[in-house]
Amino acid sequence: MTSTLLRRLGWPLLGSVVALGLTAPANAAEELRIGFVAPTTGIFAQVGKDMVDGFQLYLDDVNSDFGGAKVKFIVEDEQAKPDTAVTRAKKLILQDHVHMLVGGLLASSGYALAPVSTADKTVYIAPVSAADDLTQRDLPKYPYFIRTGWSSSQPSHPFGQWACDQGYKKIAAIGADYAFGYEVIGGFQRAFEACGGQIIQKIWPPIGTKDFGPYIPTLRQDADAIFTLMVGPMSLQFPKQLAASGNKKPVLGGGTSYDEFVLPSMGDEVIGHVSALQYSAALENPKNEAFVKKYRAKFGKVPSYYSETNYTTAQMIHEVIKNNKGNFPGQEEFIKQLAALKLDTIRGPVSIDEMRNPVQNIYIKKVDKKKMFGYDKDELWNTVIKTYPNVNQFGQFNKEEFLKTPVYSRDFPPCKFCN
Amino acid sequence: MTSQGTKVLVVVAALAAIAIVVPNTNSFVILLSTRALAFSILVMSVDVLLGYTGLPSLGQAAYLGVGAYLTAILATRYQFGLGYDFWVVVVLGILIAAALAAVFGLLAIRATGVYFLMITLALGQCAWGLAYRWNSLTGGDNGINLRGRPKFGIDLANEVTFFYLVLGFFVLSLLLMYTLVRSPFGRSLTGIRERELRMKIIGYNTWLHKYLAFIIAGGFGGLAGVLWAHTAGIVSPENVVLTTSVDALLMAVLGGAGTLVGGVIGAIIVFGLREYLSTLVPWWQYVLGAVYVLTILYLPTGLMGIPERIRQRQTLSGKREDVKKIAPVTS
Repeated sequence: MTSTLLRRLGWPLLGSVVALGLTAPANAAEELRIGFVAPTTGIFAQVGKDMVDGFQLYLDDVNSDFGGAKVKFIVEDEQAKPDTAVTRAKKLILQDHVHMLVGGLLASSGYALAPVSTADKTVYIAPVSAADDLTQRDLPKYPYFIRTGWSSSQPSHPFGQWACDQGYKKIAAIGADYAFGYEVIGGFQRAFEACGGQIIQKIWPPIGTKDFGPYIPTLRQDADAIFTLMVGPMSLQFPKQLAASGNKKPVLGGGTSYDEFVLPSMGDEVIGHVSALQYSAALENPKNEAFVKKYRAKFGKVPSYYSETNYTTAQMIHEVIKNNKGNFPGQEEFIKQLAALKLDTIRGPVSIDEMRNPVQNIYIKKVDKKKMFGYDKDELWNTVIKTYPNVNQFGQFNKEEFLKTPVYSRDFPPCKFCN
Repeated sequence: MTSQGTKVLVVVAALAAIAIVVPNTNSFVILLSTRALAFSILVMSVDVLLGYTGLPSLGQAAYLGVGAYLTAILATRYQFGLGYDFWVVVVLGILIAAALAAVFGLLAIRATGVYFLMITLALGQCAWGLAYRWNSLTGGDNGINLRGRPKFGIDLANEVTFFYLVLGFFVLSLLLMYTLVRSPFGRSLTGIRERELRMKIIGYNTWLHKYLAFIIAGGFGGLAGVLWAHTAGIVSPENVVLTTSVDALLMAVLGGAGTLVGGVIGAIIVFGLREYLSTLVPWWQYVLGAVYVLTILYLPTGLMGIPERIRQRQTLSGKREDVKKIAPVTS
């Protein structure tokens, strides 16, 4: 009740502020309100912290000044639940009147937020949420949606090719049982089988599996390598148990299985494991080195891709606003200009394709124990062993044919070589 | 002693106040109120079981889920329920949820106390498992997005219109459940809550009574689900998961079990803290926790027990003064 009272009193005040804003000259400092949705409580709270820290670091770098516009950065907790994400997004739009929404961790949050952006005609930028179809088959439904991160299967396409080049013929896959897992493994399977490889097994342990004891012995012995896609605590547990089982086969994995978010907590058993992603904290370029050092000094940990992608997203927004002399150019125009950007970022050159998904380098990375960037301890790093430049979300495949096939799922692509 | 009439009057006044005040606030408050009201129907259905029949159900979210998924699937796959046929969906949602409750009830009603709690929990998790794993139908973890709200003469996409619709359904549900618990049937439910054995001896078929109450509660859960799907615009396994059932139970206890409107107060407080306070301060969870703990410790009858408590204290202190007046004389 008090809040309603306050709001009543607030209206005339707000009105006069708006009136002042209207009479002020057009080039006066404008406020740019960015609504940021990330899980800051619950089991994904630490990932959420990386997301917020990455974005905040960029704001601190430029003193929250985007080409004259003062940035108001409003963080809301989505708790990694789609329902909550929608409520919080609505709050940001209706109450804070934000110019754009940024964030969303899980694919489900992305799927929940995109329709909100359409319904409320608000820009939604996804730096993390990677659900393939948002920038593929579903794109026409979401005119105010754009991605600055990646689509789940994007790194998998070159990775499958790379696996062929290594001479692997048969691979057994084990991955977390949900949409993101299907998409990462599905992309790998499509690419690997397109160049003559065979996926001979697919195992789907449920999300949050703590004991892989029942799954590891069932991995087929005739496989040349194992492909794994784990998330959260599963990433830590699986390699341990796999090593304990005496595995000698090479291990490949989706980017999140070995991301710097989990890497420092891992043991030596992951040395030699190979994964693919659009970022590695061990990228050897001056921008990244400076970023890693700054981030580590400030937050006491190596930045993960969650940190980098949000830092870069802030940079992209800055670029567009700067080009408009500190003004928000309107939703359609903003999306158009953001999609036209070509930037040299921490993760390398990034541009955006016509389906509003980034075109970027995909790095094949091998876990290594070494000293890096002048730090004096031996640590695990994702050393880049091969770079596939300017990969788009369809990779080596033809876009039209790709879009005719259904989105990757538990049953697609079908496991032709199983049993 | 306040008579039942005054209580009803207070509730009517409060509802009128909600109907007048909420649409004049900002749109986020309207959105939250709509959500709280839609969810309140589920909380009241829990209260019919918990407060009037003595059956603590931990699987009530299953019925919300069935109603919500039905609405979402019909709307996105068959474009059904987006016009006047919305009313058909409402009826279907209630019927299907009631049917599910009829099946679950067969398994659950035989148990009492903690065992009832466990069985409903397990059954609720079965529904969650289905929602989570039946990818082709439910969209799995990603859930289903509804594209728009129904339009029939009135456009429910308008938040205020939709708020009034939900309020209407809420008032109707409240009336129906109020009538139910005050009917002879409801009285015998209370009897079962107090002492089932005695009711059995008198000759009541207590199993049937509990079974019917369970089905009716399920039906109201389905109604809440249909409304919830359109309120949130997204249906996901998160709506069916255990915490949603626990939320409903806690709201009922917080407001005061066995009062119906108590559940609404509980819902408003929890939604207010969780969705509104959380946007203001990061430590909102402590406040919510403290509210729960303090209520359980000092108000076992819930927030609706406050007036009663005050009255008791007044009469008590009144008596003490009487004692004091008398005391000097005797000493």
